[in-house]
Amino acid sequence: MPKIETEEIRFIAAIGAVGGGIHGDSLDEAMTHEPHFIAADAGTTDAGPYSLGSGKSAFPREMIKQDLALMLRAGKRAGIPVLVGSAGTAGGDAHVDWTLDIARDVARENNLAIRTAVIYSEQDKSYLKTLLREERIRPLEPAPHVDEGVIDRSMRVVGMMGVEPLQRALEGGADFVLAGRCSDSALYAALPIRRGFPAGLAWHAGKVSECGTMAAETMGKGVIFGRIRRDHFIVRPFGPGLRCTPQSVAAHTLYENADPYLHQECSGILDLSKSTFEALDEVSVRVSGSAFIPSEIYTVKLEGAELVGYQSLIVGGIRDAFVIKRLDTWLAGVRERIEAGISKIFGNTLSKDQYRLVFHIYGKDAVMGGLEPDRESVPKEIGLVLEATAPTQEIATTIALLSRQPLLHHPVPEWKGAITTFACLHNPAHIDRGPVYRFNFHHVALPHNQEEMFRSEFVNIGNPVYETSAAL
Amino acid sequence: MKLAQLSSLIRSKNAGPFVLTFDIMFPDEQSYLRVKRSGVLSAAAFAELYRCREETVRFFECDNALAFKFSIPRQIFQGDIGDGDLHGGQQFMPLVDIEVP
Repeated sequence: MPKIETEEIRFIAAIGAVGGGIHGDSLDEAMTHEPHFIAADAGTTDAGPYSLGSGKSAFPREMIKQDLALMLRAGKRAGIPVLVGSAGTAGGDAHVDWTLDIARDVARENNLAIRTAVIYSEQDKSYLKTLLREERIRPLEPAPHVDEGVIDRSMRVVGMMGVEPLQRALEGGADFVLAGRCSDSALYAALPIRRGFPAGLAWHAGKVSECGTMAAETMGKGVIFGRIRRDHFIVRPFGPGLRCTPQSVAAHTLYENADPYLHQECSGILDLSKSTFEALDEVSVRVSGSAFIPSEIYTVKLEGAELVGYQSLIVGGIRDAFVIKRLDTWLAGVRERIEAGISKIFGNTLSKDQYRLVFHIYGKDAVMGGLEPDRESVPKEIGLVLEATAPTQEIATTIALLSRQPLLHHPVPEWKGAITTFACLHNPAHIDRGPVYRFNFHHVALPHNQEEMFRSEFVNIGNPVYETSAAL
Repeated sequence: MKLAQLSSLIRSKNAGPFVLTFDIMFPDEQSYLRVKRSGVLSAAAFAELYRCREETVRFFECDNALAFKFSIPRQIFQGDIGDGDLHGGQQFMPLVDIEVP
């Protein structure tokens, strides 16, 4: 860990999500201001449950590699650590190992020797069951039901780490900290807090910076540069045409947060209700008054995903005004015929609660569903996605196949004779989607201590000589 | 005047997979205060517009950000069967036409 003078800690938030394409020129410019560390998170639940369920990244490998290369080269050149959290989108062990593999390629190709701290945050199922039995898993609002069956069904469950495992990694002399699921802000708060800077300012600086240039007035190519001091912090962007204003920084704490003022972290609550924001110059904002209220109980947020089933879709449209006029009744008739077909084929082997048939009706309420207030408008044209979900792909595909005829030919009273009501977009009409997942935890765990949920190890990556000598 | 004419941005988004959040932001203090003083935005007004229970709606007036925020639990969790908006970004339109005196 580099020796740090006490007046301030400087950092670069290289990008809002590793794989998004770091702007190299802005990074270079910001590096001339001598930061103490570079950070960026690589994950989010915003991409949906698929990443956590499948073990795959939502960003392509090549993009991740480019961004890692930019950060690791800059960090190594300046002798400062690089922190990446929520590896591979979801931060499971498979995601961390996949990202480590990319980092190995980067290190070898750039002839870098990198002491890497790898922190895993995937949770063992029997450990989770123990916590559950000890009433150490508590729901957040709103939460799906959790029991041992849910734990068994989960593809993987991760715990969201705070600053503590990152601090241990930095203390261990890591050039590169590669973390599983991790609070985005913690990547920025870890080192300043370890060096005794106020936790409220450190966490808030992380909160502002973790989405990269989203905290600027207009988002664009660039990086965020922060200075954390004893009684305030300063943020500014580096990038063409970018500026932070008091309003842009204040407003950013609203983004993707249910509560604009209070933010729960493992070790306490970040309280922004007394934060003040002032313009320091054309592009910089000074923030003060942010507080951190330590919690008596250490909590770790859990994220889990389970397999829902396998899906098959049919996409198409309807232009017939007689059908659109009575769409609900017509679709009810279509559904009845499809369900009759399913029951004829599968009999007792597939009960009605083992599959789901959903019509997404574009032009009516596909986007807003139950929240749609306009129930009266009659559109000219309807887009329809039939979505069949079943325990196997074979069954889902079969349901889609036998749905086509009812969609095509189900009658309306205005027309006599054979009609073709549904305009299929594709041939074959169905699309197999493979496995689909759902998030199944919105809970916190109360571990017995701060360490037990996160496993760290040091590995030396880079040129073969370095890897060999480290092993000796 | 409509809310959209006074604001600089009206947006919706996931706040995690289980909560939807709505932000209404303003270009200047005058517009923000006009809406704030009018009282047209409230948990009750939002609940009526979105046909959800008022006690599930959280409402914030953020003076330093010149912004209002609503948060509600998702009726269908993000990405679960039946969800039609994975990122929650297209749920804000009913707010756009709110009439501000």
